[in-house]
Amino acid sequence: MIRTMPRSRGTALGLKLYVILYFIFLFAPLLVTCILAFNDSQFPSLPWKGFTVEWFTGDKPDRLGIFHDQINIDSIWVSIRVAFFVTLLSLGVGTCGAFLFEQEQFPGKQAFYFLMISPLVIPGVILGISILMFSTTLGVFFENHWGLDVALFRPGFWLVVLGQFSFIATLVTLVVSARLKKFDRSLEEAAMNLGASRFEVIWHITLRFLKPAIIGSGAVAFLMSFENFNTSLFLVGSEATLPINLYLQVRDGSTPVINAISFLLIVGTSMLALLNLYFSKKKD
Amino acid sequence: MDKNGMHDRLRWGLLLFLTPVFLWLVLLIVLPQIDLLIMSFRVESGYGDSSWSLYNYRQFFEEPIYWLTFVRTAVYSVLVTFLTFVVALPVAFYITKVVHPRFQGFLTVLLLLPFWVSELVRVYGWMILLRESGVINHFLLRMGLLQQPVEMLYQDATMIMGLVYTSMLFMVVPLISALESLDNSLIEAAYDLGANMGSILYKIIIPHATPGIVSGSIVVFMLTLGNYLTPNLMGGKNSLWFTEQIYNQFIASFNWNQGSAFGFLLLFLSSVIVWLGLKLTRQNLRKVVQ
Repeated sequence: MIRTMPRSRGTALGLKLYVILYFIFLFAPLLVTCILAFNDSQFPSLPWKGFTVEWFTGDKPDRLGIFHDQINIDSIWVSIRVAFFVTLLSLGVGTCGAFLFEQEQFPGKQAFYFLMISPLVIPGVILGISILMFSTTLGVFFENHWGLDVALFRPGFWLVVLGQFSFIATLVTLVVSARLKKFDRSLEEAAMNLGASRFEVIWHITLRFLKPAIIGSGAVAFLMSFENFNTSLFLVGSEATLPINLYLQVRDGSTPVINAISFLLIVGTSMLALLNLYFSKKKD
Repeated sequence: MDKNGMHDRLRWGLLLFLTPVFLWLVLLIVLPQIDLLIMSFRVESGYGDSSWSLYNYRQFFEEPIYWLTFVRTAVYSVLVTFLTFVVALPVAFYITKVVHPRFQGFLTVLLLLPFWVSELVRVYGWMILLRESGVINHFLLRMGLLQQPVEMLYQDATMIMGLVYTSMLFMVVPLISALESLDNSLIEAAYDLGANMGSILYKIIIPHATPGIVSGSIVVFMLTLGNYLTPNLMGGKNSLWFTEQIYNQFIASFNWNQGSAFGFLLLFLSSVIVWLGLKLTRQNLRKVVQ
């Protein structure tokens, strides 16, 4: 049954067949999406009518390729900007969180730790609606008491950033904490004895040690933000992120342009995944 | 450096780290959740006035469509979690125990690759495979197995398959790491003593993998319960998901009080089932998260 044991032919073959079927199940939708991005047809379906790259490069109105499709390009750009700020914020706050929970002592730490991991247990939809509502409450309050109209409190770019940040920061905190646990604190003590201040120590020694975890969790944070749908759904204003924009197109019928975008996303994320893997292998 | 100065510095460090984390958790998690709870107990009485009331919760219990959706979402989520486990276990077992170690790394990478791609793209892939004019129908017609195209999308079974597919990763990974730590000699010993496949599975593999099964199940259950995309795009008109009810209240009917009550019920359900799962298997959340 296991590789160190004599096994019956039947079981081994059955298991192997199952795993093969499983991998087909896993990859079929992605492969079909990629292949149909190159089909010379108005619809993303078979029969195969020949190879074309017009769904990428076309600029005629009935065949507008992704490179000329301003609405989709705009939403990609929005998603990149959102993901950039979410990553920046999450890395900053998440690293603070790691130091807070690994190196500091304060009353109520245990309860606070549970609060920190709670965003993982709250469904993304709930995070979205609660933040939408709270920001509206604040907006109304500011308006009534000080006559201020704060743009931040209305659905839009920064609210999407904050909504995604609210749970991605937890992920960064956990990943950076895990690395900080392995840090040898006698190094810090040695540097302090030699006259360095706490912040010099953190800057020159601890952060340097944390770098792989910070880069790794930054990449994952960027991707999670770029692909987030559930939380953003309630917080978007006039600038739709790519997943929201794609969702609207998929819901209302589809063209092979969506396949072309999907193809680019699949290739892009696979490369990011392999790069990430390569660097984490090198680290070991 | 005197002792007092050292103490001061440490406090400053605490303050520096605590402030951003505190602001994050209070402003984006605690206060919004409290606001959600308060809103769910209020009703608008026209002209912007509102008062305390249990109306939103009463509404939920009195309208069958609401609580039926709620119950169906819960039951289907449990079913999806169970199916995901059943599908993932043999794969995890094969990769950790059966395949030649040389291919182990490669297969694991291959296993994770699809889940880096956005959920929307994966669901879209299933849509073009399964719909009436889809790829599978095309081949079945070509081979003469079908006379008429069949709509495979927009059915409960398809939606469940889609949900299993979407959350597979979060079951396979903890299972693989749980099975990796299982000593092969335990299985060998049991085999030598005459145990069959079934009793090895129930007496050795599953008990050993319990921590992995629990953490995988919790994550899969929560993600399924809170999913919006897959039920919305793959489910039919009659397979409404509870998150869709929340969306309808918020965006379509603009009834935020009712939507808050639904949101809070969903949060409550998810917490209760996660808590029950932890209690029944005697695990704790801190261990599961790591």
